[in-house]
Amino acid sequence: MHRFANPARFMRLSAAILPWTAALSVVLLGLGIYLALFVAPPDYQQGEAVRIMYVHVPAAWLASFVYALVALTSAIALIWRHPLADIAAQSAAPLGAGFTLLCLVTGSLWGARMWGTWWVWDARLTSVLVLFFLYLGYIALVNAFDEPGRGARAGAILALVGVVNLPIIKFSVDWWNTLHQPASVFRLGGPTIAAAMLWPLLIMALGYTLLFATLLMVRMRTALLAAKLRALRLAEVEREAASLMPQQTALS
Amino acid sequence: MTSAVMTYLAMGGYAAYVWPAYGVTLLVLGGLTLWCVGAYRRRQRELERQQRESGR
Amino acid sequence: MTRKRRRLIAVLAGLGMLGLATGLVLSAFSDNLVFFYSPTDLKEKPVPRGRELRIGGLVEAASLRHESDGKTVEFRVTDGKSDVPVTYSGALPDLFREGQGVVVEGKLDAAGAFRADTVLAKHDERYMPREVVEALKKSGHWREGEAQPEGQAQR
Repeated sequence: MHRFANPARFMRLSAAILPWTAALSVVLLGLGIYLALFVAPPDYQQGEAVRIMYVHVPAAWLASFVYALVALTSAIALIWRHPLADIAAQSAAPLGAGFTLLCLVTGSLWGARMWGTWWVWDARLTSVLVLFFLYLGYIALVNAFDEPGRGARAGAILALVGVVNLPIIKFSVDWWNTLHQPASVFRLGGPTIAAAMLWPLLIMALGYTLLFATLLMVRMRTALLAAKLRALRLAEVEREAASLMPQQTALS
Repeated sequence: MTSAVMTYLAMGGYAAYVWPAYGVTLLVLGGLTLWCVGAYRRRQRELERQQRESGR
Repeated sequence: MTRKRRRLIAVLAGLGMLGLATGLVLSAFSDNLVFFYSPTDLKEKPVPRGRELRIGGLVEAASLRHESDGKTVEFRVTDGKSDVPVTYSGALPDLFREGQGVVVEGKLDAAGAFRADTVLAKHDERYMPREVVEALKKSGHWREGEAQPEGQAQR
């Protein structure tokens, strides 16, 4: 773990990986959107409206996955105090919030005509809205302290508290009767989605995931550059203070 | 030809739902990308300037 | 603004967010976690007439009738064991079909019929192109309502 938690090593490693994940995510997203809009067949019930599913479902998966990552890296930061873990958690959170918002908006567009409503307070929709508020609360808490270390610690605790919401999101459709349909892909007994629709969905999901990985690395690099910048400025201030000292003593 | 395109764009009557869904996807994913890359470039420039000043 | 004050506001904002999140979960727990009742639930635990509630089930096959006014419909919601007659006037969602899942919001009238003011269609977890469904039907592998929304026939 320590080997990867070394910032200098992370900068080298991410510089090597970044161009590949970036290129691959662009290719997969392009291919996925093409398949979703032009190749995938209309659904026997939903007709062409099923095409919303290809941008909604990956956003929903990523919303939960990114939160799990924020919680995991927060736990690592709390327990082992790895400097990179806090940076990873804080870099991932706004991306997760973006995916959650995308999930909510596209789901609403789908439900408007299919269900006959933009929004209902069933267990699935409510728990995903709670996930969105958890992301916002985490971001606000982390940035609200003068001392970055304290904000990071408070945010990490909130992130861990919020983990209870993840199983609620996943199993809400099984535990309680909801308006939202049960899982179609990750379920016992295999997917209940035709292969011609499953492939474009999986390609889109992989594209979303690689885009997330790319942006996470970019944001972590940004944070490390900022830390380096702060260190340089501090060193300069100290040097200037030191060079002024003898003159001041001479004057007095 | 044009009528085939129009039929496609109509999305079986769901144009007002399908196209906004893809529009908002592009907006969110593209927006996140521009935001992340923009912040990275800004930091890079600041760091280069600081390194030049420190090196003097 | 002093640091202490800012920190205090930050902590309060964080707690507020958590409170809001938990509050939403709890309010969902109390009356919305069970988003709807099945017709059998209704038989077993009678609810007061005139109370707003939701019933979920399948639109019973061959029960849908359109009134002459062109917007009022009558159908029966069934869970395989019991069923409830429903009347509704207004626009129906696109997935509303006989044999498909539905959630109706409204009140029971004195005669035991349900007057719905909202009709929501429930989608099941099956995503398939039309041709595949037809092929399955032709080969006899298609089971209607096989993957039914829960809280219905199997309950």
